[in-house]
Amino acid sequence: MQKFGLTLAAASMLIATASATQAADGRDYISIVGSSTVYPFSTTVAEQFGKTSKFKTPKIESTGTGGGMKLFCTGAGVDTPDITNASRRMKTSEMEACQKNGVTEVVEVKVGYDGIVVANSKKAETMNLSRKELFLALAKQVPSPEGGDKLVANPYKTWKDINKALPDNKIEVLGPPPTSGTRDAFVELVMDESCAEFESIKALKKSDEKQFKAVCQTVREDGAYIEAGENDNLIVQKLEANPKSLGIFGFSFLDQNADKIQGSAVDGQTPTFENIASGKYVVSRPLFIYVKKAHVGMIPGIAEYLAEFTSDRAWGENGYLAEKGLIPMPKEERKTFAADAKALKPVVLK
Amino acid sequence: MSKEQKISTMDRVNVGLARRYRRERRFRLFGLAAIAASLLFLVLLLVSIVVKGHTAFRQTEILLDIHFDPAVLDVNNLATANYAALVRDAVLVFFPQVEDRQDKRIAAKLVSTGAAYQLQDMVMNKPELIGSTKPVWVLADDEVDMFVKGHIPRDVPETERRVSDKQMAWIDQLAATGRLKQKFNTTFFQAGDSREPELAGIRGAVMGSMFTLIVTLLLSFPIGVAAAVYLEEFAPKNRWTDLIEVNINNLAAIPSIVFGLLGLAVFLNFMNLPRSASLVGGLVLTLMTLPTIIIASRASLKSVPPSIREAALGVGASKMQTISHHVLPLAIPGMMTGAIIGMARALGETAPLLMIGMVAFIVDVPQGFNDPATVLPVQIYLWADSPERAFVERTSAAIMVLLFLLLAMNAAAVFLRNKFERRW
Repeated sequence: MQKFGLTLAAASMLIATASATQAADGRDYISIVGSSTVYPFSTTVAEQFGKTSKFKTPKIESTGTGGGMKLFCTGAGVDTPDITNASRRMKTSEMEACQKNGVTEVVEVKVGYDGIVVANSKKAETMNLSRKELFLALAKQVPSPEGGDKLVANPYKTWKDINKALPDNKIEVLGPPPTSGTRDAFVELVMDESCAEFESIKALKKSDEKQFKAVCQTVREDGAYIEAGENDNLIVQKLEANPKSLGIFGFSFLDQNADKIQGSAVDGQTPTFENIASGKYVVSRPLFIYVKKAHVGMIPGIAEYLAEFTSDRAWGENGYLAEKGLIPMPKEERKTFAADAKALKPVVLK
Repeated sequence: MSKEQKISTMDRVNVGLARRYRRERRFRLFGLAAIAASLLFLVLLLVSIVVKGHTAFRQTEILLDIHFDPAVLDVNNLATANYAALVRDAVLVFFPQVEDRQDKRIAAKLVSTGAAYQLQDMVMNKPELIGSTKPVWVLADDEVDMFVKGHIPRDVPETERRVSDKQMAWIDQLAATGRLKQKFNTTFFQAGDSREPELAGIRGAVMGSMFTLIVTLLLSFPIGVAAAVYLEEFAPKNRWTDLIEVNINNLAAIPSIVFGLLGLAVFLNFMNLPRSASLVGGLVLTLMTLPTIIIASRASLKSVPPSIREAALGVGASKMQTISHHVLPLAIPGMMTGAIIGMARALGETAPLLMIGMVAFIVDVPQGFNDPATVLPVQIYLWADSPERAFVERTSAAIMVLLFLLLAMNAAAVFLRNKFERRW
């Protein structure tokens, strides 16, 4: 028994040291981190890339846009990621962090659009909402319904309270938590856009910019908005169980579950593939990937991976990414970004 | 006087007897109800997983007559030949009525993109196939598979399902001519992760789990046993050993994510070990399971009666001989049980692995301790988050595999205990 234990210990030490020395060598696969929204698309490209090229399949971690940026900007060595996916543009603060840590040249590639849908169960009637109504339903503070300039805590309990034409159902919206990029985009595209339309809030913009932002971006916390976690499949299941509630998530989940749920029209436009691609449906956001230029040539396959991602068979109208729910960019835009990616043109954030 | 009192005592007992019996029956009933309730939940859980997941073990395949066209397959350039075209031509043979280019594209999509890779493998291994025509079973697309299994309903309007009326007619035609069959899903056990549900498998995750557990076992068992032996047999009883003991018990109860953060700081940032490697996963899980193993090992050392030690010392054995010849062999079964239960817990862990990058999309099956890897519970988590419907059943199937492994490990623990443990 004693011998057995000693052998075990020796073997484990051997493995540990052998691995540690190996780890110091380079990396022969691409390492990608970032947004969970871009994850399904970049994994599809990675798999295709791995199977059709002589390179290894890239490794992709789903860390969220912010987490990905943080890892991406820690430095320029092989132990840092080569590419980060983002469901929003890189912030200037993130770019500064990158610069400070020696990541000087970053290539930005816009890969397409993602629609954010407000959906409910097929068993209920289709909702037709405006962004203004969504703001009134979800903001923490709204202009007083009695008129006047005063802001009051959100008094609306049912959709009918907001607009007589809407059903007499309790306001109950399942959506992503604040850590999610989908939530950021929803707040920006729906709440920010519509809240400036209210006279009383607009006045606030001039007098107190900070307060203005807080009013526009704070989601109510009295139970009408339910944070359902990052798992969009879970939201779909909950919508099925409770036909009176609405859910907020990415277009691909609506696309896959069209027999169970339906997208609500926002500002008169239904969230269909065509409407999002043409820009008629307003709640959509661009998706990006950011590449560390210093790693191209150091890690094998990065240029080829970019070429695969920006090829028409991937991100084109009939490409395999459209199949997965990515909304392609117009042809001209694709051409520009494909050229930029090929030339590895570093991005300059304004 | 005394007689009267005796009778009255008996009377009092008799009066209360029925109530006491009732109370005892109630007490037993509560216990029974508690067991029934927990069994009910367990059965509900298992049934819902099995009902959702059992279909994943079968996969729809389509029989194609592939003509290995020499015009497409250039012997000198087999790696880049257009295998998808071979598949497409073979599919379109069934539907001569299809003329439209768009329709042809849709028809070709009945077959998984994996079919092209399958043909590539066949031709690369056996170039003499070129020029011949052979019947080949290829994987169907995940949506066809879902439709055949009834997960995509037939009776809803066309716009609401992922399979159009045209595709439905084609699938029915294939099924009627015996060209469509459900077979045992070998891909599920042989492939790594994939974005195409029909090509996705658990092999990569199982191998990752295995590598991780090997590292965990090789490190935590010897260290844990050595620590337990020292603390139990050699260490003096003083404030320091008390402090250590309290800390070990405390560590056993710490949420596992904390070990992940520690691993991130020490193994990745300080020691510069590779991200996402099963080696680092094993190190982190070692930290997590060590307290469990130390506690179990100490308990089993304690259960060896002092008379054994005294007898050994009495016939002149040294302290070390006493321990290595007598105490340890008797305590080892209990230690192993503790280790296996610790390993089972490590097998089901995801939270600490999140911090060290093992929650990732990894297609290639890991070949060693340094390759990027993921583990079974992480694979389940990633699939549960995927939009494609076919991943729902695969999620449940992966859970079934995980449960089976856990069951096997716990059964091994019980077996070891029954076979080797000595009762005193």
